[in-house]
Amino acid sequence: MKELPNPDEFLSKIDHKPSPTGWMDTPVEIRRGIACHAAKPDRLEYVGFPNPRDWSCFDEDWQLPENWQEILHKGFKERLDRFRSVKIFMDICVRCGACADKCHFFIGSGDPKNMPVVRAELLRSVYRNDFTTAGKILGLFGKKAKKAYGARELTLDVLKEWWYYFFQCTECRRCSVFCPYGIDTAEITIFGRELLNLIGLNIDWVAAPVAFCYRTGNHLGIQPHAYKDMMDFFTDEIEEVCGIRVKPHFMKKKADILFITPSGDVFADPGTFTCMGYMMLFHFLQEKYGLEITWSTYASEGGNFGFFTSHEMMKRLNAKMYAEAKRLGVKWILGGECGHMWRVVHQYMDTMNGPADFLEEPVNPITGTKFENARSTKMVHICEFVADLIKHGKLDLDPSRNDHLKVTFHDSCNPARGMGLLEEPRYVIKNVCNHFYEMPANTIREQTFCCGSGAGLNAGENMELRMQGALPRLNAVKYVHEKHGVNMLSCVCAIDRAAFPTALEYWLPEVDNCGVHELVANALILPGEKKRTVDLRNEPLPGMEDEDDE
Amino acid sequence: MNISYMYSLIAVIVLFLLAYVGAMLPGGEVFFGIIIPYLALIIFILGFINRIIDWARSPVPFRIPTTCGQEKSLPWIKPNSIDNPTTTGGVIIRMFLEVVFFRSLFRNTKMALKEGDKLSYEWEKWLWLFSLAFHWTFFVVLFRHLRFFTEPVPALVEVVAKLDGFLQIGLPELRISGVVLLGALIFLFLRRIYIPQMRFISLASDYFPLFLIIGIAFTGILMRYFTKVDIVGVKEFTMSLATFKPHITQGIGSIFYVHLFFVSVLLAYFPFSKLMHLGGIFMSPTRNMVNNNRFKRHINPWNYPVEVHTYEQYEDEFREKMVGVGLPVVKPLAAKTPEEAKEPEEKE
Amino acid sequence: MSLNNLLAQRKTAIIKNWFTLAVETYPPDTASFLKKQKDPFANPVGRTVSLGLEGLFNELLKEMDYEIITSFLDPIIRIRAIQNFSPAHAVSFIFLLKKVIRENIKKEALEEQLFNELLLFESKIDQLVMIAFNLYMQCKEKIYDLKANEMRNSTYKAFKRAGLVRDWPVDEPDIKPNINE
Repeated sequence: MKELPNPDEFLSKIDHKPSPTGWMDTPVEIRRGIACHAAKPDRLEYVGFPNPRDWSCFDEDWQLPENWQEILHKGFKERLDRFRSVKIFMDICVRCGACADKCHFFIGSGDPKNMPVVRAELLRSVYRNDFTTAGKILGLFGKKAKKAYGARELTLDVLKEWWYYFFQCTECRRCSVFCPYGIDTAEITIFGRELLNLIGLNIDWVAAPVAFCYRTGNHLGIQPHAYKDMMDFFTDEIEEVCGIRVKPHFMKKKADILFITPSGDVFADPGTFTCMGYMMLFHFLQEKYGLEITWSTYASEGGNFGFFTSHEMMKRLNAKMYAEAKRLGVKWILGGECGHMWRVVHQYMDTMNGPADFLEEPVNPITGTKFENARSTKMVHICEFVADLIKHGKLDLDPSRNDHLKVTFHDSCNPARGMGLLEEPRYVIKNVCNHFYEMPANTIREQTFCCGSGAGLNAGENMELRMQGALPRLNAVKYVHEKHGVNMLSCVCAIDRAAFPTALEYWLPEVDNCGVHELVANALILPGEKKRTVDLRNEPLPGMEDEDDE
Repeated sequence: MNISYMYSLIAVIVLFLLAYVGAMLPGGEVFFGIIIPYLALIIFILGFINRIIDWARSPVPFRIPTTCGQEKSLPWIKPNSIDNPTTTGGVIIRMFLEVVFFRSLFRNTKMALKEGDKLSYEWEKWLWLFSLAFHWTFFVVLFRHLRFFTEPVPALVEVVAKLDGFLQIGLPELRISGVVLLGALIFLFLRRIYIPQMRFISLASDYFPLFLIIGIAFTGILMRYFTKVDIVGVKEFTMSLATFKPHITQGIGSIFYVHLFFVSVLLAYFPFSKLMHLGGIFMSPTRNMVNNNRFKRHINPWNYPVEVHTYEQYEDEFREKMVGVGLPVVKPLAAKTPEEAKEPEEKE
Repeated sequence: MSLNNLLAQRKTAIIKNWFTLAVETYPPDTASFLKKQKDPFANPVGRTVSLGLEGLFNELLKEMDYEIITSFLDPIIRIRAIQNFSPAHAVSFIFLLKKVIRENIKKEALEEQLFNELLLFESKIDQLVMIAFNLYMQCKEKIYDLKANEMRNSTYKAFKRAGLVRDWPVDEPDIKPNINE
């Protein structure tokens, strides 16, 4: 039987199989389906970023500035002097391997370079070569000695590897939870991408939203009139569902609260239903308690793709929040459901663009609750706000209107690991839904798995990558789907709502995706509303239609 | 053959021979017994301090703790004050658990589905267990060695030594810490060799300290149980080092100098290597910071003004469209002049 | 003893070997993770492959019900279709079963003249590959479909509902939202 061909051997001839030796000997191969399109020049020009040009990562020549190595070396050094985090993370990793299998991209792709430790080693290898004494001394003994030490020069191949793998990280921080030193790959990726941007290397799915947001106030580049038209349309839809005409405020001076949420919820399904949920909630609060909450088209983006570009760009985009709150003279800011938006608001905004001394320490005027945890930043998460309202019995709710749903909750990475918003959304969901089921413990809360499309990776051309990244998350959803019949994956993140419908369609088409405040609005009884026979999606509510027929 | 660990192994063997042979040469004992250890100690202290200062020189611009539990928000939601600390006390406990018990490594709760749908937890904490064993026994061994550098020996050191030998096997009685130390080191080494993932990420600088410490433990055990080194002579010599009146005691034997040399190399190597995680862990911003972000403003020392797109610029560009759908504007349409449309971008 | 009985008897060993070979189509570092990590949530790929191969082998011993085969084969192919494999490599793990069986029953096959049965069994494996190839293409088509229509399904749909579609892309030719990408 020996002469029978062995398919495995045959395939290893036509397929590239990474060598079992060190990762440095495995050259990067940029693949379609994994890599994202390069940033188009107009995006970079609009925000004044260097080296705008038409290029593609599949080209041999990336059209880099001649002195790109010098620029990166200088940029690296500058940033080491600015960020203790990265400086320490460069030095103290012992490569214990605890993080290795914690990354959703490693789990889903099987590409060993997606182990968080290797992602960081991509930077560390150059750091050792350029910035450590040992690296310089060993350099005298030649390449082999350097390699044993884990040092290497920043060549074009290394640069390409940086670009490829720093855009295969969603900055979700899961690995950081398991690292004995708290080494945070998000910091590494943020640092790496900031360096890449110095020589004009970005992906279009990050660069375009940045330019749009800078100009129009939101990532999708929606101009104010279209924003308003869309909200008008939601008003019609809401009227159809519950017979009430809501009247959202826009840029109303001296309103009580400014509301900022990701623009994705205004312009893409199923976030639109969450947006309608906000509008109904605010209408309820105005009718019943006289609370005025205003929207703004200038600050119409909660998310911040600047965060995926550079610290400076993050600050430039984020500035609109406080600027608009100040201009309108509101008391404080309420923030909608979003993941990285809340990382920025919670951990960066006050430091970058504060102090917000023109705002008041946030108090819920309806319950009297002081949001002590937000007394400096003056921005409250809508789940904190609504949980407080529910706890004080201020919302009229009929959770049975969500009885057709069996709900599970996905903790978005940033609110979970960069904030700690775990119980608030659960409390809200449990009060507006009768059927709630948790996913397995090592896939939720601080151990939650990323949707696989965060940090600007929600493009179309990298669909295979996104499906790899979503696998661990949806695998856990599949488990509760099979066990409890879960049919709705709820979340508090607009990127999730953009990513999950697609990922679910591939991995688990039986389950749908929604925001928490869509569920809230389904259950919320507006004063004077007509009997509801459909939910916000215009789908008939089982049981309710029967009564209607009678 | 894996060059990473071959390099390291060869380096340690060379170091061994260097000290073993060197100590027998004329003047070798002074060189390996006095000059090198003092030099190493100086390098260690200065290097360590220098590294810490170097880290400390870079600011922490943002407060970026990795939160691993419920935040403090509404009064009726119980916050996780250790994994998501809002007070310095909480951070101290978090750091203490991290440094002393390697909490994050312990976090590896693994589950398995058994018999269809039944969830069960599996005990898969070997990395945690053996790194804890290694670090703790190494510490105990170091602590025990205080008896070579103090006179009279502090009672606590004696107590630890007694506890360490509670099995009372052999003569001199077996100290458990040394054996566990060697065992844990060998486990950590084998782990790097046998798990392909670990082999993939391991560098020579991961193997070298392992071999070096194995060498230290090995020579220590060799002296205590097999070559039965002259303890009194050693103590006389080490006390002379500790009191800064160094003089050589004759007849201690080469293995002792190898042991001492290994320790010296480790000390001198320490500040330039990953072993600095000893200091770094205390300064890791994701672990040592309080998650009080929204109630206490964190200051970024290099925060600089940036170019922003102001509301005025925005309204100027879109005023007509805004008015068209009834959105409020600050300046009415008629007030618009051609210059305003391309007004220079403001700097903050 | 018939081949089927023999295979049924050695099921555990065969499936184990098959699984080992199948995960060794991944880089060695990954393969060891896939083999070792027993947590189904930390290792969905390993889990899916191991469950799937077992189910497939059971079905190969029986009548080859298309539905059942698909239910086990689809999850594996669905994963491999989006990983860094060529199409051939993605379905190659099925052929590896031939290798496993040949090695495992070599002795008995010679002694008990099981070659005819073996040929039959192997053509069942070939059928499996054909199904796998169909599934692979379905997955790829799905991916292309998602790539092409994601924007349409979410943003465009919302705009269309709102009757805003024409307002938007033609408005600003210089900075266009990347709706076509």
